[in-house]
Amino acid sequence: MNEIRILAPTGALGAGFDLEGFERGVALQPHVIACDAGSTDSGPSALGSGTPKLSDAAVTGDLRHILRARAALDVPLIIGSCGTSGRDDAVDHVLDLVRSLSRADGAPLTVGVAYSGQSSDALGRLWDAGQIRALPHAPSITRDDLTGSSVVGMMGTEPIEALLEQGCDVVLAGRASDTALFAAVPRMRGFDPGLIWHAAKTIECGAACAVPPSANSLLATVRDDHFDVRTLAAGSRLTEVSVAAHTLYENAHPYRVTEPAGVLDTTEATYEQVDEQTVRVRGSAFEHAQEYTIKLEGARLVGHQTVVAGGIRDRVVIDRLPSLVPLAQQYFAAKIRDLFDDAVDPDEIDISYRFYGLGAVVSGTEPTPLHADEVGVLITVTAPEQRLAHDIATFVAHASSHLPIPEYEGLVTTIAYPFSPPEMDRGPVYEFVLNHVAAGVEPGELFRTRTETIR
Amino acid sequence: MTTLLDLCSLVRSKNAGPFTLTFDFMCRDEAALDALVAADVLTPERFAGLYGTRPEDVAITVHRHARAVKVSVPRPVVQGAIYDNDSYAGQQYGPLMDLEFSVPEDS
Repeated sequence: MNEIRILAPTGALGAGFDLEGFERGVALQPHVIACDAGSTDSGPSALGSGTPKLSDAAVTGDLRHILRARAALDVPLIIGSCGTSGRDDAVDHVLDLVRSLSRADGAPLTVGVAYSGQSSDALGRLWDAGQIRALPHAPSITRDDLTGSSVVGMMGTEPIEALLEQGCDVVLAGRASDTALFAAVPRMRGFDPGLIWHAAKTIECGAACAVPPSANSLLATVRDDHFDVRTLAAGSRLTEVSVAAHTLYENAHPYRVTEPAGVLDTTEATYEQVDEQTVRVRGSAFEHAQEYTIKLEGARLVGHQTVVAGGIRDRVVIDRLPSLVPLAQQYFAAKIRDLFDDAVDPDEIDISYRFYGLGAVVSGTEPTPLHADEVGVLITVTAPEQRLAHDIATFVAHASSHLPIPEYEGLVTTIAYPFSPPEMDRGPVYEFVLNHVAAGVEPGELFRTRTETIR
Repeated sequence: MTTLLDLCSLVRSKNAGPFTLTFDFMCRDEAALDALVAADVLTPERFAGLYGTRPEDVAITVHRHARAVKVSVPRPVVQGAIYDNDSYAGQQYGPLMDLEFSVPEDS
């Protein structure tokens, strides 16, 4: 029977995985190993700064096992969204880790790199040509917002396929659709696109769809009219429901997953238990889009932040907080003008309080106001420069711990600070700018590829 | 009265990208899914009120194979913005667990 086997070692490179389960997958002779190394899920910092979420030690640890298995099998290894953000510098950083491991190993390795960083010029041209299109819930942006941010394009399979056609052993991709990493090789071999993309979606998070969920290894086997997904770690199971439910995960619509070339539609998919570790899926469809779209992700610097954490236990103080915070804010604005001799505009400084226990977790409206006997306090000061944020935070922390309580006649300390000093500099903070696509582009147009042989 | 925990083996909130907040209500079995749908508790109006959006921007889908209901809304605050409280959006479902509702007997 015509089939292709795809091994997903882990849900995220650097997350770690059960080695025994992975070796079980390797023994089943996969035709390709693929792995995702990034996401926007940890926030805008990785894309804004280039600093990966996971440590070099963790990523190297996973890479060592995966590269060794790849060499033994002599099959392609595809790693996407390198360095969390997929920025060019983050991809180069993962390339450095691969170089170090590969040189220690001794055998030559041909690595293909696909960069997804977008230059201001390229973005400006797309804007001018009217090719930048907003997705649902997108912020409204200007041309400067687009060209002034750190932007990556999310590639589909095509740049990866181009590198594999050149004979690369390993492909390191910048920002890529998670599913594209798993779909590239099956696509090159002509399997059914609905099955390919659904299989890819099912295994891209590793054993997140297993019972119990984990980041461990999964194997997908795509055949002519179905695919099987199999969980590999001991004690791990798959059920029809757990596999069907995975299209819900981190996805706005449970049946439809949008890719650069079209939409995976799992409405008609059926799920059948084969054994405790394996579920068979049929009936997934892929609708080819009229035009090719590349999702863009962008982040930019908001400022620098200093934070102060503490707690309040006195109910008299807690009850007074709603009226005292606005007074404190007025005092801070006057103090900033006074202290910096009008050189700093208080409107450029954000001073915010979160009161944990009174509704600091949900971004919305609690149906009934929360009450607490003890309240956690998190104060954030955000300013254009770190030094400024820090200096302002010192008097914000001081004043916040000596709020004037009408019921009390003498000086009272109103917040318990666990640390000395209470201020903690958090460094630069970033925000997401884009929820947009570049429409009507060629699949390879926004990406740059190169190869190198490590000896 | 019934709560979501009576019907669901898992309730979760997550980011679906930085601009969308999504909720999964995984039901214990098919009867629980039927009961959840019949109770009409996961309404566009409720989510609009809780998460500061318009009812027409609340997307609700029943997924039979997954025994689940999915609800997606625009994120009240964009992920990672300085006023965002929950970078992974993982605790945004919290107030829903306090809901008490009745399930029609014929469901």
